[in-house]
Amino acid sequence: MLEMIRQMLNATVGQIVPAAWQAQTVEVMLIVMQITIILTPLMLCVAYMVYAERKVIGSIQGRIGPNRVGAFGYRLAGLGQPIADALKLILKEIIIPTGSNKFLFVIAPILSMAPAVAAWAVIPFAADTVLADINAGLLYVLALTSLAVYGVIIAGWASNSKYAFLGAMRSAAQIVAYEIAMGFALVGVVVAAGSLNLGQIINAQSGSLLHWYWLPLLPFFVVYFISGVAETNRAPFDVAEGESEIVAGFHVEYSGMAFSLFFLAEYANIILISVLSAVLFLGGWLSPFEGVLPKSAFTLPVIGSVLGGGIHWLLLKTSLFIFVFLWLRATFPRYRYDQIMRLGWKVFIPITLVWLVVIATLAKLQITPWFN
Amino acid sequence: MLSNYLPILIFLIIGLLMGVVMLALGFILSPRRPDAEKQSPYECGFEAFEDARMQFDVRYYLVAILFIIFDLEIAFLFPWGVVLDQIGWAGFWAMMVFLGLLTVGFVYEWKKGALEWE
Repeated sequence: MLEMIRQMLNATVGQIVPAAWQAQTVEVMLIVMQITIILTPLMLCVAYMVYAERKVIGSIQGRIGPNRVGAFGYRLAGLGQPIADALKLILKEIIIPTGSNKFLFVIAPILSMAPAVAAWAVIPFAADTVLADINAGLLYVLALTSLAVYGVIIAGWASNSKYAFLGAMRSAAQIVAYEIAMGFALVGVVVAAGSLNLGQIINAQSGSLLHWYWLPLLPFFVVYFISGVAETNRAPFDVAEGESEIVAGFHVEYSGMAFSLFFLAEYANIILISVLSAVLFLGGWLSPFEGVLPKSAFTLPVIGSVLGGGIHWLLLKTSLFIFVFLWLRATFPRYRYDQIMRLGWKVFIPITLVWLVVIATLAKLQITPWFN
Repeated sequence: MLSNYLPILIFLIIGLLMGVVMLALGFILSPRRPDAEKQSPYECGFEAFEDARMQFDVRYYLVAILFIIFDLEIAFLFPWGVVLDQIGWAGFWAMMVFLGLLTVGFVYEWKKGALEWE
């Protein structure tokens, strides 16, 4: 497939670009096409996750959720809602406050959007299906998720508003506190897998459901996911927004498209954390039936490819984590700020420190079935 | 080897471009009718009293410093984790000593109350 497109591009590009540049141009065009194939479904998922969130929370609270906006006179259970929201937001005025630092004010939403999107470059979707198969994949993901704090703190600082400033300070301190626990959890995965490449981390988990890292790394798994919720400033860790006390926190001065960029970045980050949890702890695209069913089951014509590993398992596991995000928001009241800091510094960091020593010892002693 | 990183560079550029284009669309398609009231910083209906960049709690600063120490520690742990099966028990114990030292520091700042937020 890829080769076919490459040949077609070669034929057309050859007539426009000088021969010396042909190979590079085709290469870049192919990459851009692949990126589009990743980003289009991602952006649709982001839009419809907002819809899913309102529906799920509606159901949990015994309401219906959005059910009016459809298309062409049909209601379609409210499926037109995200598109209507996007159109509304794009047509709203972007207000830039007088006292603000205009350059930083405009650049902040872009800075929070770009890393949430760019981290997808290294996510393996199925065996050998990854855009950038780099050795430092996990490091790259950690670096990009750390960049998210810049968008928040620049937005809060540039707005020159007290609520925005307070929200940004809280958010920054919270994100860095949980990033340490998150980093330790990732080190645990690296020790267990012996690699930073996300594809190899998944392969190291193959065997059966019990080989996936959720079991040997259970404390890391829990700490990683909860830290992910805190990193994305989602309920119950949403003191940075805290509608009832600091109105909306760091993005209180933003409106229209500038606001929706923060909004999109938040949901893109949720999906990213979910897919990373699935990749690192639930075996990514590996099938849960592996090691349970006999090997011959996976060679059956259609059923075999459904039961076997593939992108559908990754999507399923990711959806599970996304649902947990929504479930948490509907279930828990907001933490107090001192409780958040206590959980991050005094609970998660000691747990991860101790379990890192345990895991390193187990890996060093090559305890089967996980470390061999 | 380095060519594997080309998609990442392009992805980063596209990520930034996406933000720029969406923001530009917002600026182009939306009305612009600024007035003094609309552009004043939001502060519960009153005139803003003073500049919003006020003093803030020193504990935020403390958290930032602690973060740097621990993040550096994680930066050391990553390469160690990758080669753990090749460096023998000497490499293992070296890192345990390092972790032990950091734990002593962690216990010290805990006892000193640097992690208290009440």
